[in-house]
Amino acid sequence: MRGTHLRQEIDKLVAAGDSAAALRLLAELWRREPTSATAAFTVSRYESLRAATSFTPHRVALLRSFTLEPVIPLLRATAFSWGIDLSVHLGDFNAYPQEILDPSSTLYSSAPDTAIMAAQTRDLAPELWNGDSGVAPSATVERVLNSFQSWIAAFRNHSSANLIVHSLEPAPAAPSAAIEEINHGLHQICAAYHGVYVLDYGALIARHGYANWHDEIKWTTVRMPIRAGHLIHLAEEWLRFLVPLSGRSAKVLVVDLDNTLWGGVIGEDGLQGIQLASDGPGAAFQAVQRALLDLHDKGMLLAISSKNNFEDAMEAIERHPGMILKSEHFAATRINWGDKSQSLREIAAELNLGIDSFAFLDDNPAERSQLRAALPEVTVIELFTDPTTYAATIRDSPVLQRLTLSAEDQQRTALYAAERQRSSAAQTFQSKEDFFRSLDQTAEIAPLTPATLPRVAQLTQKTNQFNLTTRRYTEQQIAEIAARPGWQVNSLRVHDRFGDHGLVGVAVTADQGDCCEIDTLLLSCRVIGRTIETAFLAYLAASARSRAMKVLRGWFLPTRKNSPAKNFYAQHGFRQESSNGGGALWSLDLEKSEITVPDWIRIHIPTGASR
Amino acid sequence: MTATVTQRVMSVASDIFGIPPSTLSAESGPENIQSWDSTQHLSFILALEEAFELQFSPEETETIKTVGDAIKLVEGKLPPAGG
Repeated sequence: MRGTHLRQEIDKLVAAGDSAAALRLLAELWRREPTSATAAFTVSRYESLRAATSFTPHRVALLRSFTLEPVIPLLRATAFSWGIDLSVHLGDFNAYPQEILDPSSTLYSSAPDTAIMAAQTRDLAPELWNGDSGVAPSATVERVLNSFQSWIAAFRNHSSANLIVHSLEPAPAAPSAAIEEINHGLHQICAAYHGVYVLDYGALIARHGYANWHDEIKWTTVRMPIRAGHLIHLAEEWLRFLVPLSGRSAKVLVVDLDNTLWGGVIGEDGLQGIQLASDGPGAAFQAVQRALLDLHDKGMLLAISSKNNFEDAMEAIERHPGMILKSEHFAATRINWGDKSQSLREIAAELNLGIDSFAFLDDNPAERSQLRAALPEVTVIELFTDPTTYAATIRDSPVLQRLTLSAEDQQRTALYAAERQRSSAAQTFQSKEDFFRSLDQTAEIAPLTPATLPRVAQLTQKTNQFNLTTRRYTEQQIAEIAARPGWQVNSLRVHDRFGDHGLVGVAVTADQGDCCEIDTLLLSCRVIGRTIETAFLAYLAASARSRAMKVLRGWFLPTRKNSPAKNFYAQHGFRQESSNGGGALWSLDLEKSEITVPDWIRIHIPTGASR
Repeated sequence: MTATVTQRVMSVASDIFGIPPSTLSAESGPENIQSWDSTQHLSFILALEEAFELQFSPEETETIKTVGDAIKLVEGKLPPAGG
């Protein structure tokens, strides 16, 4: 019994204090046996290893009309496996309407990051579920949509947390246009709010088979409507929202070539011999490429790591008629005979992104296991042996989900390609200043707008390197901060002669008395080191002075990643006021000091946006 | 060699109730396992249904008072070994 053996090994490693090895085996156990029993075991062991790891904490509140207690260990075990330490507040059975409407309920006092509203068709629209012909369907549609509207509005009124709302599942009695109408209306209601998402519950059930999903015996006896073996699928569906909402999504997906992007081995089978076509065995690989293209279009960076002769592989990518992905879809490429962990490190350096934001896709279990051992911070996507399952695995993987699609995401690969041109331009100039001048940079600084809100929140979630305080905010939190008196949320957009970098910087400041404190100041790594940061700080200082502030100050809170920002305040004439275990507080006397905008940067304040 | 039904039920009970397999016996139940409350009882039943891919009727669920009862019930519901 492999599982029993693994459990014993894990307990030995925990007792010996070898957390890294224990975590590796826990992940392996969970991959092998994602069951209720294993969940109980893994959750308790993960909890004992908490101190040794950097799990992202996330609080979730479950609003429900059925028994969910047995799902919680599955949910938490799955979350741990994605690097999230989930604490769960379980609402009272069938009490969700009161909990949502009452601002003093435990739902709100539990201060969730995300709430999930899991109500069922049979509770919300029993007449549709049971097929009662006595009630006009249009009356039911109106009643249910009115309820959803008032619950969601009340929730948004009382909380800035994310909200995931289950849609209604089809009724067994008869297919119902009324249920489709309700779900359509629900999507429209949710689209009107930030951070409110619809979970397509009918599609979830359909994926696993409507006939197999329910357990009517358990429903009538313990109000548990879902068969035991499917509880894990509900937990996994929730994770498709919770992973991106916790900021644990991958930014880069590194893919293998042979038997991953096409069938066969290009070095052996040749251009004519590999499988990649719209039908036959090559269809599975076109499906993989289509799934990857979709990720690319949603802003994921794709990169290649393949053990091959460079020329062979590039010939296939550029010349094979079945290729859906083209070389321009890849932000970085490593095709050589070296170790893949080395390739991933190089790609991380080239793209200037932390390797913990990488995911890895490879059909070869040996490569996957080697990579897991060498780079435990990389998310390795587990694949079954059958290539026809690959595309669905890619589509379903929680780390590859994107909930909010900002316009900047779509351009990102193009920007990285332009960045390569820029780096080469830098080498031909005599001085850095000459280079900066040649860039012809414009920094556009503007207060928060509804249009920039998603990207501003996303930057606070994702920026690790040039980030003075690394405070993570959701869209709701940012909106709430911007509305506070004395607080300002500004975004920074940069363009230069190579193109538009999009929205790349955020500053959050708070005026108190005659002191303006920088709560958040960050810059995407795409534009670090080009003196944009100086221009941004100069603007903050000038703007604070114009509001009669005498002091500008801010914390530097060190993390494992933000050393590029470490000397930022000192370099701009700030003095260290104090420090504690968490960081140092720096301040600048605005009456005596001035920060000048580098003469090679134009500052542009959009009209109508000045304060 | 595959594990016996007894070993597998014991393993599920050990995971769900959070106690080492060596301390479990057929007589283990709510009387002598502190964590065996009604919520954990439901989790145990669901974990068994999941592990053995079967469904218990309400009457069968009620007969489970100890780990031994669970072993007996599962053995009775599984198709005979060896086909």
